[in-house]
Amino acid sequence: MYLAKIKVTLRKSILDPQGKAVEHSILSLGYKNIEDTRVGKYIELKLNAASEDEAKKIVKEVASKLLANPVMEDFEYELECLIPSKNGNSGKIHAGKVH
Amino acid sequence: MSKAKFGIIVFPGSNCDHDAYHALKHVLNQDVEFLWHKESSIGDRNVIIVPGGFSYGDYLRCGAIAKFSGIMKDVVRFSGNGGTVIGICNGFQIVCESGLLPGALLRNASLKFICKNVTLNIENKKTIFTSAFNGNVNVDKIVVPIAHAEGNYFCDDNTLKELEDSGRIVFRYEDNPNGSINNIAGIVNKGGNVLGMMPHPERASEDIVGGHGGRYIFESILQNLN
Repeated sequence: MYLAKIKVTLRKSILDPQGKAVEHSILSLGYKNIEDTRVGKYIELKLNAASEDEAKKIVKEVASKLLANPVMEDFEYELECLIPSKNGNSGKIHAGKVH
Repeated sequence: MSKAKFGIIVFPGSNCDHDAYHALKHVLNQDVEFLWHKESSIGDRNVIIVPGGFSYGDYLRCGAIAKFSGIMKDVVRFSGNGGTVIGICNGFQIVCESGLLPGALLRNASLKFICKNVTLNIENKKTIFTSAFNGNVNVDKIVVPIAHAEGNYFCDDNTLKELEDSGRIVFRYEDNPNGSINNIAGIVNKGGNVLGMMPHPERASEDIVGGHGGRYIFESILQNLN
């Protein structure tokens, strides 16, 4: 069993009006040291896969087919092994970015 | 004019399906049927409307879930064979997500849901969706309502150049309400048989609701059906 933590954000080249609005709010609280604010989505998936490679492949496919729209969004993910298979270790095992 | 058989897709959360039905059935006197999203075939329908609304609650991303519905697979097949498809508002988001049109619709630059009448410039009167703007009518601008929070059209530079160079930008906002790139309000695909637009022509098809400029789009389709 693996846990995938997937973050979807607007591509860097795209103006993020929601991020800007949040940033204005933060600045109005008096925190003048904020440089950039981006708002995105966070998605967790628990999945069964025979290997880390298979889990990675599934996460990438699901993220690029559905969770993110490549026209406007990037995603990145972390994969954690919850129940180790025979020779696997538990804990965080992989992180990847897809732009 | 040959007889059109309109099919209006209904997703959970569609709310402009009945507006489209009214405009086509009662104003234009056409043969219209609703097509539930779980159906796997559009049957004998020869013009497909993907209507506005909040399909699947706009969960994840507007139009993202709808693209995997059974009926959309058949709409993709139908459009691939040259079938006529219009995506309006949420329908535009769905046809973009489904890959029938390039680009995507981002959150409005103002972050606000905008519901108002806008003026559209008809940029290309040679498409099957705009030919009726020519001739006796000779209309260059129409006033049509918009009602959306994610109507800010975006595509990459190469796609934009291609759209501009090939006359595929069919409607532009006179006064850009949502930040869309090059004031784009509506585009067609390469084959010219799929139109996507954020404004609602079905809500501007008779004077009693404030204008009939949108009606020419449906009349164009009727003119061009074989």
